[in-house]
Amino acid sequence: MREEPAGELETNPLSPMEDGEEKERGIMGQEDVSNCQPGQPAHMDSQDAITETGENGVEVDTEMGEKGKEKGMEEGELKKEIEMELEAEVKVELCQSVPGLQMSFIRGTDLFGYVGIEAVLDQMRRKTMKAGLEFNIMVVGQSGLGKSTLVNTLFKSKVSRKSCTSNYEEKISKTVKLHSVSHVIEEKGVRMKLTVIDTPGFGDQINNENCWEPIVKHVNEQYEKYLREELHINRKRRIPDSRVHCCIYFLPPTGHRLRQIDVEFMKRLGKIVSIVPVIAKADTLTIEERQEFKERIRQDLAANGIRVYPQKEYDEDPEESVVNNRIRESIPFAVVGTDKEHQVNGHKVLGRKTKWGIIEVENVAHCEFAYLRDLLIRSHLQDLKDVTHNIHYETYRVRRLNESNVSFSELGLSPWPLENGTADKGDSESHL
Amino acid sequence: MSQSGEKGKFPDATGYVGFANLPNQVHRKSVKKGFEFTLMVVGESGLGKSTLINSLFLTDLYPERYIPGAAEKIERTVQIEASTVEIEERGVKLRLTVVDTPGYGDAINSQDCFKTIIEYIDNQFERYLHDESGLNRRHIVDNRVHCCFYFISPFGHGLKPLDVEFMKAIHSKVNIVPVIAKADTLTLRERDRLKRRILDEIAEHGIRIYQLPDADSDEDEEFKEQTRVLKASIPFAVIGSNQLIEVKGKKIRGRLYPWGVVEVENPEHNDFLKLRTMLVTHMQDLQEVTQDLHYENFRSERLKTGSSRAVDEDEVDKDQILLQKEAELRRMQQMIAQMQAQMKMKSDE
Repeated sequence: MREEPAGELETNPLSPMEDGEEKERGIMGQEDVSNCQPGQPAHMDSQDAITETGENGVEVDTEMGEKGKEKGMEEGELKKEIEMELEAEVKVELCQSVPGLQMSFIRGTDLFGYVGIEAVLDQMRRKTMKAGLEFNIMVVGQSGLGKSTLVNTLFKSKVSRKSCTSNYEEKISKTVKLHSVSHVIEEKGVRMKLTVIDTPGFGDQINNENCWEPIVKHVNEQYEKYLREELHINRKRRIPDSRVHCCIYFLPPTGHRLRQIDVEFMKRLGKIVSIVPVIAKADTLTIEERQEFKERIRQDLAANGIRVYPQKEYDEDPEESVVNNRIRESIPFAVVGTDKEHQVNGHKVLGRKTKWGIIEVENVAHCEFAYLRDLLIRSHLQDLKDVTHNIHYETYRVRRLNESNVSFSELGLSPWPLENGTADKGDSESHL
Repeated sequence: MSQSGEKGKFPDATGYVGFANLPNQVHRKSVKKGFEFTLMVVGESGLGKSTLINSLFLTDLYPERYIPGAAEKIERTVQIEASTVEIEERGVKLRLTVVDTPGYGDAINSQDCFKTIIEYIDNQFERYLHDESGLNRRHIVDNRVHCCFYFISPFGHGLKPLDVEFMKAIHSKVNIVPVIAKADTLTLRERDRLKRRILDEIAEHGIRIYQLPDADSDEDEEFKEQTRVLKASIPFAVIGSNQLIEVKGKKIRGRLYPWGVVEVENPEHNDFLKLRTMLVTHMQDLQEVTQDLHYENFRSERLKTGSSRAVDEDEVDKDQILLQKEAELRRMQQMIAQMQAQMKMKSDE
């Protein structure tokens, strides 16, 4: 199991999953021999059967220790509602997933007294709150598509300087320059360092050939920086993470299809970063036009082999697949952004006021901003970071280390660089 | 001194000649002959050009739209598609040609995308010039582009570099009417701000767009007011629609959103009516300006370069002759040198 840098929570999607589903998983896990999940920590009547395996359970406990930590969170949640009927079905079974390794499911009451494994949840939470999160988001799109406004709306604060303020000198820059702004946002004690990387000049020129190159370079540079930190002999306790976790690509609402520049950009960047395409300024499309546009975009994406987030290949388990499939059916999200509030039916809403009505940004009947926000922040924030770290970064790392396989001295490394435990499987075998 | 066959209409009053009737004759002749108008539409794809044209003329000029995918688009360069439709209203026939420019601004590199368009405009002028200079001038077909609607994207902060370059290239050849497309994406304040920025940038780059002529002082107040309003609204922020929506019992053209209905012909929602008014009341003026200004410019340029080309050719010929003569001289000198060398050798022997 990889060592988690302090302050990072595992995926903990509280809202979309109901307790009921989790309970089912717990039960399923029991009967599913290959899955080895701990059972419910129900307050069961202690049965003889359990005490028999009690001793067995104690030995196994240490092996289960690590797994238990992982699943500890779920057990904590399950504590809320336990139905008595389920108790009858619960039985202790020896799970034979790994030949020779006998594990049993330990419920909270089997152990002699309350051990307190679930307290790890609070510890993790406290650590996260102290350390804070880092999240780096890149926005790419032609000028005027509402990128800064959308970021401000997403994080409900003025993190991005809007380019249509009265004293802003609008000069379309001749080259694509990346522009990074960091803010620390705090909510209920949780601090997040949000970095927004803007890309003014993208796609604005007459000749836009290779306008994606500065962006590709920047993404790879961040990976390189992280790699170097990771390969140091004396590493920092928390490596500053400036890698791009998510790239929001803004599509103009033409209503037709993907343009050439869209295809070229997403083809290249889809391989190195998680792209979330959105339809900008979607208040110019009626609902049918929006659906047709999305359908055509999805066809174009598939036809060009472009993989956008969430990628199908990285779904870890079936119910994540279900959630992600639902998301995949509705990307790209059609969004409208604003920072102005208006009164609608007595309460204040974020919206755009026009002569024919008020477009409410957070109303899912009007636009899909709420879905985007939920995806990016409420449900998949940690997953985005994980995908960046486990998949995109690892791909980069493998490529880099393979390239410089011949001369380690190029990287300024000692001949035993990977002793610290982040060994590539291949390398560690060779050292053995 | 009474005239022609109009005797029945006007009394034989003294001092009345009767040529006040001339406009009627012109009117009748024109109505019989019909009007020709060529309108060019330029803009990036997806800005609603075709929808707007259909809404303007209440016809379906583009019935079956096939939208090519991104892969197919790579192969295409800008194309020129001209479609002609005959519209008749109250006995007046209009032969409208709409020239569409699909592919404009779609490629990653749009450097060459307006060359095709400029060539087309020049070709139409060339053909007219040729017909005009010909022997049989009875049936000259006027295919010159009288007006160009340039569609500006409402998503930007003003004019894009491509917009500026294109308009600078054609403002001396055709009447440009800038139009802000898909205006339902803008709130009122954003619209005003965008219009002001566009006008500022047009002035800054010295682009000459079509200026509506001021109303003559003898026109009625209403017309003067209308002209003033029209002039103040350029560039027009328009919305087009092919769909009929039912609003308060009436069927009107509009776009139905979950948050409301945008009415195409509602002056509070957009400037569509103003654009249509301008086009209709100034169609004649647009044709005139094309004829008197742009065509004359083109003609004088052509005739100037045409004559200077003849002079150049003479010079070129002279140069060539000189070169040839020099080459011959050199050859002769070489031959002489060779012969001298041979003779020397012989004498040495």
